[in-house]
Amino acid sequence: MNKRVLPGFGLSLGVTLVYLSLLILLPLSGLVFKSSSLSLTQFWDIASGERALASYRVTFGASLLAALINALFGLIVAWMLVRYPFPGKRLVDSLVDLPFALPTAVAGITLATLYAGNGWIGRHLEPLGLKVAFTPLGIVVALTFISLPFVVRTLQPVIEDIEPEIEEAAASLGASRLHTFTRVLFPAIFPALLTGFTLAFSRAIGEYGSVIFIAGNMPLISEITPLLIISKLEQYDVVGATALACVMLAISFLLLLGVNAIQWWAANRHQGDHQGPERASQ
Amino acid sequence: MSAPSLRMATAEPRWLRWTLTGIGLAFLFFFLALPLLAVFYEALAGGWSAYLQALKEPETLHAVGLTLFIALFVMPFNVMVGVAAAWAIAKFEFRGKSLLITLIDLPFAVSPVVVGLVFLLIFGAQGIFGPWLSAHDVKIVFALPGMVIVTLFITFPFVARELIPLMQAQGREEEEAAISLGATGWNMFWRVTLPNIKWGLLYGVILANARAMGEFGAVSVVSGHIRGETNTLPLHVEILYNEYNAVGAFASASVLALLALVTLVAKTLVEWQMRRETETLDTVLPAEAVRSKE
Amino acid sequence: MVRPIRKLFLALVAATALTAALPAYAESSLLNVSYDVSRDFYKDYNPIFQKHWKTTTGESIELKQSHAGSSKQVRAVADGLEADVVTMNQASDIDFLVEKGLVVKDYAKKFPNNASPYTSTMVFIVRKGNPKALMDWPDLVKPGVQVILPHPKNTGNGRYSYLAAWGYALKQPGANDKAAQEFVGKLLKNAPLFASGGRDATTSFMQRKLGDVLVSFESEAELIAKEFGKGEFDVVYPSLSILTEFPVALVEKVVDKKGTRKQAQAYLDYLWSKEGQENAAQNYLRPRDPELLRKYAAQFPAIRTFTVDEVFGGWPKAFPAHFKDGGTFDQIYQSK
Repeated sequence: MNKRVLPGFGLSLGVTLVYLSLLILLPLSGLVFKSSSLSLTQFWDIASGERALASYRVTFGASLLAALINALFGLIVAWMLVRYPFPGKRLVDSLVDLPFALPTAVAGITLATLYAGNGWIGRHLEPLGLKVAFTPLGIVVALTFISLPFVVRTLQPVIEDIEPEIEEAAASLGASRLHTFTRVLFPAIFPALLTGFTLAFSRAIGEYGSVIFIAGNMPLISEITPLLIISKLEQYDVVGATALACVMLAISFLLLLGVNAIQWWAANRHQGDHQGPERASQ
Repeated sequence: MSAPSLRMATAEPRWLRWTLTGIGLAFLFFFLALPLLAVFYEALAGGWSAYLQALKEPETLHAVGLTLFIALFVMPFNVMVGVAAAWAIAKFEFRGKSLLITLIDLPFAVSPVVVGLVFLLIFGAQGIFGPWLSAHDVKIVFALPGMVIVTLFITFPFVARELIPLMQAQGREEEEAAISLGATGWNMFWRVTLPNIKWGLLYGVILANARAMGEFGAVSVVSGHIRGETNTLPLHVEILYNEYNAVGAFASASVLALLALVTLVAKTLVEWQMRRETETLDTVLPAEAVRSKE
Repeated sequence: MVRPIRKLFLALVAATALTAALPAYAESSLLNVSYDVSRDFYKDYNPIFQKHWKTTTGESIELKQSHAGSSKQVRAVADGLEADVVTMNQASDIDFLVEKGLVVKDYAKKFPNNASPYTSTMVFIVRKGNPKALMDWPDLVKPGVQVILPHPKNTGNGRYSYLAAWGYALKQPGANDKAAQEFVGKLLKNAPLFASGGRDATTSFMQRKLGDVLVSFESEAELIAKEFGKGEFDVVYPSLSILTEFPVALVEKVVDKKGTRKQAQAYLDYLWSKEGQENAAQNYLRPRDPELLRKYAAQFPAIRTFTVDEVFGGWPKAFPAHFKDGGTFDQIYQSK
């Protein structure tokens, strides 16, 4: 592999590593350090309590669901925004960033009001027996909202970048549209889709502000791990809070590492040895 | 191959296009438009004059200024480091790449409250550097520096993560061609890489920016909530809401929502600029090409 | 294609430099770190004190406010937020600062009335006309009644609601802690959700029309009326409730460092003056001054109350027994 043709590897990697170490790794190791003042049994008691275990299930389960919803609909939305003309497209496009700019508390309050039994949406769902606000489903809704931009925004530039020649080539070789999509287009956008999914998922895991307004916060049912961390802080138990934070950090880290490894593997498999995906498919 | 069948294979059939657009728009309607409508509905519950009155409060205006300042301040850092990280990761192969990407993702997965707590553990009065900072009368937490640092933390992944898949998809050929034609590294970056990644970069910046403006949890821990001093707009929104000033709270929130629409302006502006540049470029290019040959 | 982006960079740098102008500090200034719903009170009180200070000493003084969740605020003070005074809604919050050596141990003796210039109590907010005829605590544990309250473990008003119900149950003839825990457990079973805070509980009850009764501070009922209209609900006073105190204290380390002890002391002392007390009454907080309490009697119906000290032996005992991990709240949810 002729990796030394392009300049700037040392500089760019160096800048990244220094910045990453100073801003992210050092502070986070402070967190681990603080929690290490607990003995192993104390740590285990906090990390594996009944409430804590239930909260991991709620947090990671709801985040996964939200990220999957976003991956599916985000793909459709990104595709639609890049490829299909329709009136008001620019406005719709610019709306996508809204969930980040809106303070999470406002998002939570607004969603809870919309999905409550008398809300604009809730009043149509409740007669169907579907309760959203103040149930675990509400958590999924809030997490879907706050992580919505990720998939759309990671896919958009990649879809924009697909050169029409590839599709034309595939078509002129007799491929059907479905075939072109699954064999040519999807592999090209899959890494970005996975990235978007990963980001949405990780953002959802850490979310607190919006969820507490719509979750109902019932112990064992709709309690998320960040709420338990807050609960520790409310008791001035900073060390206990850092212990839970470390558990979350470790689980998130392993999950993200797994997804990133899959992505790296998928990208490499498709790229052959050093060609871009568009070359590989021509 | 005849033209109609070629079109059929390069674009979706009409019914599918409409269906997909319908699904996409319905999703955005329920998850974006309705919440936004609800925010404005609450903000305007007391009429326009109450809305404007709420926004004219000096504390609200100060919060808007502080929020914008922090967002603008962190932007250059995010752009520089984000581009550097994406360049290293997307264009080169090295061991531990997945690990590095995961470390970049990590700030997202850390609960904002924990982010604030982490910096308190370091810079707070009971933290590692606390005694030293207080002896030298340096204020980091409960002051602007702390708020900037946590915002840097939470917005760090955006630019790099937007750019990595894009740069990976683009491959290395164009840059390699530029280098083999004798371009310097910076020249290649400004002329080839930057134009190629502009959309991804813009999305990254816009997302980071939106997140920087909207962040509550982490900033709330290190801000100290001093009114008219360290109160950002999201913090202000929460306090107003807790004080039973719903109109004020939602009016302030609507300002943040409007700031998010800056995307529209920024994107249009860049598009317009680029169209102009390509026009001038077309006339300049031949001459420049000759010059570079010499 | 390159130039606009470079221009944007330059513009950003310039904008950053321009906005860097930070607010200047005045000569003498106090920072009052307080809980979240006290803003209205101090917004009115601060000008009163500034005027008083000007006329008695001739000096002007700048008063800065910080409002957020009570225990978050004291954690910030412990972590270095330079508060001259803290004005909280729960003694346990100030006890934490005592533990950290920022506030003197006998702070409650430094000012009259347990250092709490005003009080309030927990009452029931019910739907207009009280359709379910909810008059007292036992009505709230009946099957089919839905109770809205803030999170009993994580929020100040939630804790007061919890202790109010517990204290009521404990004061019944022949009752003991076990009976009280059972009573509170039944009450919590009637809660469809635990709101993230007082305001959130109100929104769920008033706007989302959830539940039959909202347990809330008496002072908050007036805020609810301001926001949602007076005719929308009724206030019910139970036969017995908890007296909620709002202790204030000087932060010794900060006032010594900043040299603001004199001002800070005067700022808190003046809360007990006629003007200070009247301001409390006008903000629907029960003044300590008996004369003013009589004057505003229409606003503050007589109600039998108990304090945390009387029934629970003080916050240092009540907090760990009920709200720490493994306390009675957690036990209620383990037995399920």
